Amino acid sequence: MSGRLRWRKFVSGFMLTMTGVCAVVAVAVLFFILGYLLYHGGTSISWNFFTKLPTPVGESGGGMANAIVGSAKLLLLASLIGVPIGFFGAIYLAEFSGSTVAFVVRYAADLLNGVPSIVIGIFAYSLVVLPFKHFSTLAGGFALGLMMIPITLRSTEEFLLAVPPPLREGAMALGASKWKTIATVIVPAAYRGILTAVLLAFARVAGETAPLLFTAFGNRFWSPGWNQPTASLPVMIFTYAIAPYEDWHRQAWAAGLVLLGLILIINIVARAILARGIAVPRT
Amino acid sequence: MASTTTVPNASPIPGSRSLLSRLREGDEIARLITFLFAASVVLVTLLLVFELWQGSALPRHKFGFNFFVTRVWDPIFDQFGALPFIYGTLVTAGVALFLAVPLGIGAAIFLAELAPARVSDTLEFFIDLLAAVPSVIYGLLGVFIVVPLMREYIQPALKNSLGFLPLFTGPAYGLGFLTAGIVLAIMVIPYIISVSREVLLSVPRDQREAALALGSTRWESTWKVVVPFARTGIMGSIFLALARSLGETMAVTMVIGNTPTISASLFSPGDSIASVIANQFTEATGDLYLQSLIELGLVLFLLTFILNGLARLLIVATSQRGSEMGRA
Amino acid sequence: MKKIAGLLAAGLFLAVALGAQGALLINGAGATFPYPIYSKWFDEYHKLHGDIQINYQSVGSGAGIKQVTEGTVDFGASDGPMNEEQIKTFQDKHGFSILHFPTVLGAAVPTYNIPGVTAALNFTPDALAGIFLGRVTKWNDPVIAGANKGVSLPANDIVVVHRSDGSGTTYIWTDYLSKVSDDWKNKVGKGTSINWPVGLGGKGNEGVTGLIKQTPNAVGYVELIYAAQNNITYGSVKNAAGNFVKADLAGVSAAAASSVKTMPEDFRVSITNAPGKAAYPISSFTWLLVPEKFSEAGKRDATKGFLKWMMADGQSYAEQLSYAKLPKEVVAKEVKAIDNIK
Repeated sequence: MSGRLRWRKFVSGFMLTMTGVCAVVAVAVLFFILGYLLYHGGTSISWNFFTKLPTPVGESGGGMANAIVGSAKLLLLASLIGVPIGFFGAIYLAEFSGSTVAFVVRYAADLLNGVPSIVIGIFAYSLVVLPFKHFSTLAGGFALGLMMIPITLRSTEEFLLAVPPPLREGAMALGASKWKTIATVIVPAAYRGILTAVLLAFARVAGETAPLLFTAFGNRFWSPGWNQPTASLPVMIFTYAIAPYEDWHRQAWAAGLVLLGLILIINIVARAILARGIAVPRT
Repeated sequence: MASTTTVPNASPIPGSRSLLSRLREGDEIARLITFLFAASVVLVTLLLVFELWQGSALPRHKFGFNFFVTRVWDPIFDQFGALPFIYGTLVTAGVALFLAVPLGIGAAIFLAELAPARVSDTLEFFIDLLAAVPSVIYGLLGVFIVVPLMREYIQPALKNSLGFLPLFTGPAYGLGFLTAGIVLAIMVIPYIISVSREVLLSVPRDQREAALALGSTRWESTWKVVVPFARTGIMGSIFLALARSLGETMAVTMVIGNTPTISASLFSPGDSIASVIANQFTEATGDLYLQSLIELGLVLFLLTFILNGLARLLIVATSQRGSEMGRA
Repeated sequence: MKKIAGLLAAGLFLAVALGAQGALLINGAGATFPYPIYSKWFDEYHKLHGDIQINYQSVGSGAGIKQVTEGTVDFGASDGPMNEEQIKTFQDKHGFSILHFPTVLGAAVPTYNIPGVTAALNFTPDALAGIFLGRVTKWNDPVIAGANKGVSLPANDIVVVHRSDGSGTTYIWTDYLSKVSDDWKNKVGKGTSINWPVGLGGKGNEGVTGLIKQTPNAVGYVELIYAAQNNITYGSVKNAAGNFVKADLAGVSAAAASSVKTMPEDFRVSITNAPGKAAYPISSFTWLLVPEKFSEAGKRDATKGFLKWMMADGQSYAEQLSYAKLPKEVVAKEVKAIDNIK
């Protein structure tokens, strides 16, 4: 009896330790990635990286200034497309819609969310690049914006629905119309969650490469306006990483560090905002 | 449209109101505008599916079902078969899950059952950060760290020890199915961990306590009672991970070897659906070629769509079950 | 609310500011084979003409042909000339034709990374065809060893590396193999994207070079400058006259010399396996694919201006980057052909 019990206890201790090992391994991978990028990227970051344009093949001293600006433009456009649609669509779902319409919209959003990013690229190519006969920042921003929609929509809806009923009822009892209630009471109450959702969606698409391959394409120079191809950080990382030039490899590490740093900072900030709680305590 | 005041629209004046006065209040406008935004989501999704369907008409009619069983991908002789890419996609996803599921569930168990709340939350925070790392960065690390590691150490070691299995034969390139699978595994572990941890946490306390009261060890109560209870949710997280690995493009294309091959060996280079689309889409001259790539995209879309749907069903079912039983 | 409106206004302002049109931007895409010299040319030309930016993306000849046909780029570039079908597709789509302008001459070389072997190996046509068909699997195979007495070749498995994207370099390579091996011609054929019997795929000349550099026992085909710039060994190839020639400017120019007299009007010609004692057998012209008509006069004039510059001053950059200059006769013909762009 006791022998069997000892065995079971041993198994228990062993297996539970193993699970601890699993957890440690998983987290260790993250720190390894961060550390490696910090080391390789950190040693490669230079003033040139941030300010210079790419140089001809084989010549050193080039940078990714145009890719940084290009990514900024793409993300700005993506936000202009993804955030309003997600935000206002969520307001409709949370405040106005009937249950069938809500189901259809949510279903469509989930579908869109699950579409592999390369397929979104195909879609943006046929919808924006071909008719305009241009690879463009517009096409790239459109593709990224599409990817932001489902995240902002679902999260915003959740946070709007989480606003406690007494708040709504109070506003209406005071005579406010529906839209005024939404604008001045409900949205501000949910604003932390909504901001978090937007930030997380932004961070998600900041690193996307595949949809940009055939929409924004690439540019060795500054990209004027919105209707021309543009360089972007993720695509530059890809192009430089698979090439044979040491100088390009170094730049790829630097770009990787910058990109990952940006994404992680946004994620941490977003979670910190959320962790401080919703503006109104739940009853 | 002509709804009566069953909706509490906060009008101080009871009774019916004309459309115009409601408009003036702004509610109808607000409803209309937000409806348009919501509808645009549905429209764009429908348009996407339509474009995929229309855009792949040629190969669908020409090859029909044979598209899925033909091994040849030959742009010169206009023969296009999806089998090597479906194979590559499934094999890499399979390797990824084989590695990620035990690790992920193990870590989730630790976080949900053993770790004190603060440790659990902190570690979960870091794991969520891992999920935010973009694919191209995994690709970058894959090319410069994993591939040489595989080529110099891991593949030869596997060959020496398990080389009798057809899985580990052939030259050690460093690139190939196994490498892609390993990189994918790292990418999907966070999903398995965070979802599994949540469903495990939602298992009501009395389940555990009942098992312990009956004399089981900590591990036994976890493995034989709690985990089975959360079984469907954990399955859901696996489906989620699977859907993610099927659609992954950049990290895979940088380490898989880009050769449409079907081989029993994991050391062999191959190709996946997402990877071949990324490589060949901008250069597919000829309608049949381009549309065959789009049909591949359609296939991928359908696969991930089904898996994501299943995943959600399973996860929701478990949390509901948990909360129901908790209340009882 | 006000804050959001303010942010939006600032954003829009920024958008307009960033959107301000400055230089004339011409977009091109295509071959990776001449990318080192194209990137140099476009950079130099921009220094000379600050208001003209020619953005060239090195994505492979296949993509170059496709995108110029779709009209998403202003010009394309390819080392494999467009075939009749592709030209017809372009004509049907646009209503006018597309012109080929040779820019430089280059060589596709067999590069390899064999541990312990630093010598430049001699490759016979049979050896090359055998390796890429997957029939010759070890480095010490008699077909290879026979031509390399004095070099000790290991018994390692050969790792073949080829292009994963649609490539003019592939076209050149397979064009040569089709000429020297009936087996290759019947089984595989020539083209920019073929069904490779064996090997790993790399994206662009860049990707193939990278793979060869990192993979022991690898062999692949890249443009000469990629091997030279990255310090990887490349071998000699036996030409039609029976001599082993290592790719260099003289060998490439010799290969082109025989074609000069019979150069067709549209400049589409193959010079692989050219006759001549000193000819390097895997040489090729590389072309810019320029539409006959431009809708914008500014772009048309800028393109014509660039072409003129390229054929004169531009040629002086070729040799330092290991490309051979165009033969004088070809340049003379081309200068006249520029007038065909309307």
